[in-house]
This record gives sequence, C-alpha cells and structure tokens, in this order.
Amino acid sequence: MSTSIQSQGTTEVHPDVRLVERARQGDIAAFEKLVKQYDRQVFRIANHIVQNREDAEDVVQDAFLKAYEKLDQFQGNSKFYTWLVRIAVNESLMRLRKRRTGRMVSIDEDVETEEGSMPRDLADWSPNPEALYGQSEMAEILRKTIQGLPPGFRVVFVLRDVEGLSTEETAESLGLSIPAVKSRLLRARLQLRERLARYFRHRGAEAKQDGAR
Amino acid sequence: MTCTEFLAQLDEMLDPVLAGPLRADLEEHLRSCEHCEITLNTTRKTIEIYRSHELYAMPEDLRDRLHKAILAKCKKC
Repeated sequence: MSTSIQSQGTTEVHPDVRLVERARQGDIAAFEKLVKQYDRQVFRIANHIVQNREDAEDVVQDAFLKAYEKLDQFQGNSKFYTWLVRIAVNESLMRLRKRRTGRMVSIDEDVETEEGSMPRDLADWSPNPEALYGQSEMAEILRKTIQGLPPGFRVVFVLRDVEGLSTEETAESLGLSIPAVKSRLLRARLQLRERLARYFRHRGAEAKQDGAR
Repeated sequence: MTCTEFLAQLDEMLDPVLAGPLRADLEEHLRSCEHCEITLNTTRKTIEIYRSHELYAMPEDLRDRLHKAILAKCKKC
C-alpha cells in the first residue's frame, strides 16, 4: 500500500512535478492523472480520520479541489503526495469538527493518555492469527481496534505504517516535530498491539499468564 | 539495558536496515528477555496485519463518480 514517489537526494524530476506543471497551465487531463494516482490513498486516510464513509467521500472531493485551486502554492520542495496528504488531513479534521457541531478537533486530542506506554499483555500470539478469523471478521476487528485510538495516534500510525510515508514526511504532513511523530507512533503501535492481543493471543497463553501473576 | 530502554528503541528494531552497535545492544537484551521479544514480535505482526488488509477499499463505481465530480468542479475554477 505504500507509495514510493521519489528517493531523497535525487536530482531527477519526478513525474508528479511535470503533471503539476501541466495542470497549472490548465491541462485538466494532467490533474486527472494525479487524482487517479492518489484517490485511494486519500480515501483511506480520510476514512481512518472521519470514520464515516459519506464524509470520507466529501473529503476526497474537497481535498483534490483545494489542491487544484492551490497548485500555484505547491513549491516542489516537498513531494506532491505529502502536500496532498496535508490538505486531506486538514479537510478530514474540518469535517470531523462539523460533525461534532463545532467542537474543536485537532490531532493533539487525547494524546496525553498513558495507555499503551508500557506493554501489559505479555502473552505470545497464535503463530498465524489471521487463520483464526475469516476475511470480513478480521477486517471488522482491525477497523474497530484502530478506531479506538485517539485521532492523533491513529493518523500517525496510518500515514507511517499503513501508507508507508517516512517519519519526516509524516511530520511534514501533520505539522508535527519528528520527535512527536516518533513518540506517537510508538504509543499507537503499542496500544494497537495491546488491543489486538485479546483476539490473537495463543490458546492457553491466557491461563499461563494468569497463573504467573 | 532495561525493558524501558529497549521499548524506547523499538522503532529501531522494527527498521530492517538498522545495523551497528545499537542493534547489537538491543539484540543482546532480547536474548535474555522473553517479554520484550514477545512485544517486538507482536508489534511487528500488528503492523504487518494492518498493512496487508485493505480496510477501506474504494469501489470502481465510486471512483468514477468522484472523478467526474472533482473534474467538473475543477473546470469551473
């Protein structure tokens, strides 16, 4: 699922930059290529933040429209995709705010929690946890589990671990420092691990762990 | 190395390209700590599972509809 666009330090112009140039000059077909290239990623990221399909569809539309309107502001010193993700994250947070009738929503919400800062569930998992559940049941477990994380952890995990952005790109997309991204990523991973353990732990491991207490 | 110190460096262990003295220290801790080994392995599995499951697939008919809507709005800009 990761999107590799341009390796650091190369002087070669990325195809996205050429598409942006053409789109700036009014070539709609060039912009359509960018939409087709990144719509799935934007849809996934939006869904993870707003947790509502209709809102995620609106975010996809609004994010691409806003990107189109702001193409002149794209500097080219970051990747187009990173720039687009930043717009999509902001649009998603605005949408979430509307749904919560104006209450402020930010990626800093609930990040002070101590949950997951130290592993508590120390039982090993089944060697192949994916074999324990059917495809749709597994998807439901994964959705429900990640939805339980604070938005500020969820979005860092999604960008870094699911979408494959680098730590630097994640920081740039979210307007966070690199240490903040690293800290949130660790907490997100540990919280998810802890919550998934109840589904995936090795049969008999519970009794073993309880006996050890 | 304590378990807390190991945990603070978990990201480094999950990075397959890391090599050198830090990795050696982390691996040494792992050899003597079953709990940290389990935490590392299950965290790695957590990431793999999320990476390999498409939780929010975008059907083709939805893509077509959104593409048309986006491009129609762009043309009006």
